[in-house]
Amino acid sequence: MLDSGTNFRYKIIRFMPRAFLPEEYLPVIIFMVIILAFGFGAILVGTIFRPRRPYREKLVPYESGNPPVGEPRSRFSVRFYIIAMLFVIFDVEAVFLYPWAIVFDQIGIYAFVEMMLFIIILVVGYIYAWRKDAFRWD
Amino acid sequence: MILDSTTALVEAEEGVKVIPAANTIITTIDKLVNWGRVSSVWPMTFGLACCAIEMMTTGSAHYDLDRLGVIFRGSPRQSDVVILAGTVSKKMVPVIRTVYDQMPEPRYVIAMGSCACSGGIFDTYSTVQGADTFLPVDVYIPGCPPRPEAFIQGIIKLQEKIKAEYFRWSRWR
Repeated sequence: MLDSGTNFRYKIIRFMPRAFLPEEYLPVIIFMVIILAFGFGAILVGTIFRPRRPYREKLVPYESGNPPVGEPRSRFSVRFYIIAMLFVIFDVEAVFLYPWAIVFDQIGIYAFVEMMLFIIILVVGYIYAWRKDAFRWD
Repeated sequence: MILDSTTALVEAEEGVKVIPAANTIITTIDKLVNWGRVSSVWPMTFGLACCAIEMMTTGSAHYDLDRLGVIFRGSPRQSDVVILAGTVSKKMVPVIRTVYDQMPEPRYVIAMGSCACSGGIFDTYSTVQGADTFLPVDVYIPGCPPRPEAFIQGIIKLQEKIKAEYFRWSRWR
């Protein structure tokens, strides 16, 4: 007789004959469901158990007991944006380097020259950012 | 439930029952929630004067407070109890009242030292004669300053008070 695993697969295949069932990934979906349930469950339990008594003096922003002064939002410099953008670009380059490193010995000198050209193009951009004082923080 | 010798409920402590055969513990939600609240009393440090030094000593290595679950938080939004350690002056009263108002329930107040309990030796024009003139104090710790052992006993008294509470845990109360 069919066991439960192939029985389930037989039922799905009968409805959708060309279904692709990656059965080895079943633990991944169970893991995702448990994580979602745990996250939402923890917040839900907290919401039920927490007493909720807001009043005006409680909702004042905390400023060491003094009445709050000034605006809560201030300007910050554009250097954060530039550094974040450079990070994304070089992070994507690192992602490309990982599979290249794994199959490097099967391809040989061709792979080496290709990747060096790729890296040189990005290094040119890096030197441009360097000369334009993107890394200067004062 | 069929009760025989293997499933008879054994009372481990008051209100907590154990089923020996199934290795389960039956208790009330009050006891469970209070156990959690007692084991992690987070104070808002309000060190004003010399008692603050005793509080710092109690928090550091020799008389450790971390073994009681006490972690000093710097913000009233994250704390359970405010420990008034030191002389309360009249100028400081609106600040302390604002900080106490910004703490979420359930919240407690510990008045540490003679000055916070009743003004101490300072019966002057500028000293408030006791923190309970403007705050609801739960535990008074006398002493000038109280020894670290006395301070730890004050926190244990607060823990006993928390353990005796019931049904303080719901959103709709």
